[in-house]
Amino acid sequence: MSVIKIQGSDDTPTVVLDKENNIFEISGRSLPEDVVAFYNPILDWLSEYAKDPLDKTVFNFKLEYFNTASSKLLLDVLLKLEDINSAGHDVLVKWHYPDDDEDMEEAGEEYSDIVDVPFEQVPYTID
Amino acid sequence: MASIKDHKESLDFVYDFYVKMKRNKINLAYEGEITHQITKAFTSLTETNMAREEDASSVQKKVFHVMVECLQNISKHSESAPNGSAKDGRGIFMVSKGDTEYNVTTGNIIKNENVEKLRGILENINKLDKDGLNKLYKQQMRDGHISDRGGAGLGFIDIARKTGEKLLYSFLKIDSTNSFFVLTSTISRIKE
Repeated sequence: MSVIKIQGSDDTPTVVLDKENNIFEISGRSLPEDVVAFYNPILDWLSEYAKDPLDKTVFNFKLEYFNTASSKLLLDVLLKLEDINSAGHDVLVKWHYPDDDEDMEEAGEEYSDIVDVPFEQVPYTID
Repeated sequence: MASIKDHKESLDFVYDFYVKMKRNKINLAYEGEITHQITKAFTSLTETNMAREEDASSVQKKVFHVMVECLQNISKHSESAPNGSAKDGRGIFMVSKGDTEYNVTTGNIIKNENVEKLRGILENINKLDKDGLNKLYKQQMRDGHISDRGGAGLGFIDIARKTGEKLLYSFLKIDSTNSFFVLTSTISRIKE
């Protein structure tokens, strides 16, 4: 299966979707000019991946910032993961947030309330 | 605006403008098209200034967030200039910094027919407490759709819940077609 590797910028996140190496990650900043155009290839990739996923998928979110339009698309990503999980394949979402960023911590809690998928909050320290 | 007839008048205008900005502690004011590049430039400029002022990182993040949402609101929802050529919305954008708070103010033209709907949305948001705002946000995120203009209908809700302040807004009728919509969001500089 193809690999998605997008280098992050000051308004788009780093995205790695690599089934062979078991790396699934969205990190950095997300306020793209066109959120739909940015996230559609990611959602399409996940739909394809859902047909034959790994026994266990660990998906890492490590976002510094996202705008509200991105929050909707991130939910769509999580809903894809929920589908994979409810089809009987293990999925774990790891939501990384800076330990002093209450808003990012709450965003993780909010997603874990909405989406029915194992969800782990992972605080980290920024030097 | 009346045309500036001579040099003296021009000088007076600039000085007057400067004094008014100083008096109102405005450190950023812009009128024009709000493009994605403008949004990025203003947010990065303000980030740099705030880092120098040593505001708490939580305050900086909130100001950044409110700015992004306000600028994107204008670029997506403002009725463009009367000649209609602009792709991105136009408006006025200001950031002021007082001793205890930042204010982010936007002003843009909207159609009269949309005033009541927008007023209703804002009134509803201002009635809600944090739990209510969180519920509304979740509901809108789940059930809403990204509009043709790329908005998710979440910006105002998120500004209200992240700042913990009521949205200040008003509508000024310009003519039979258009109104001017002004929104001020306040971010406290005092860390909770």
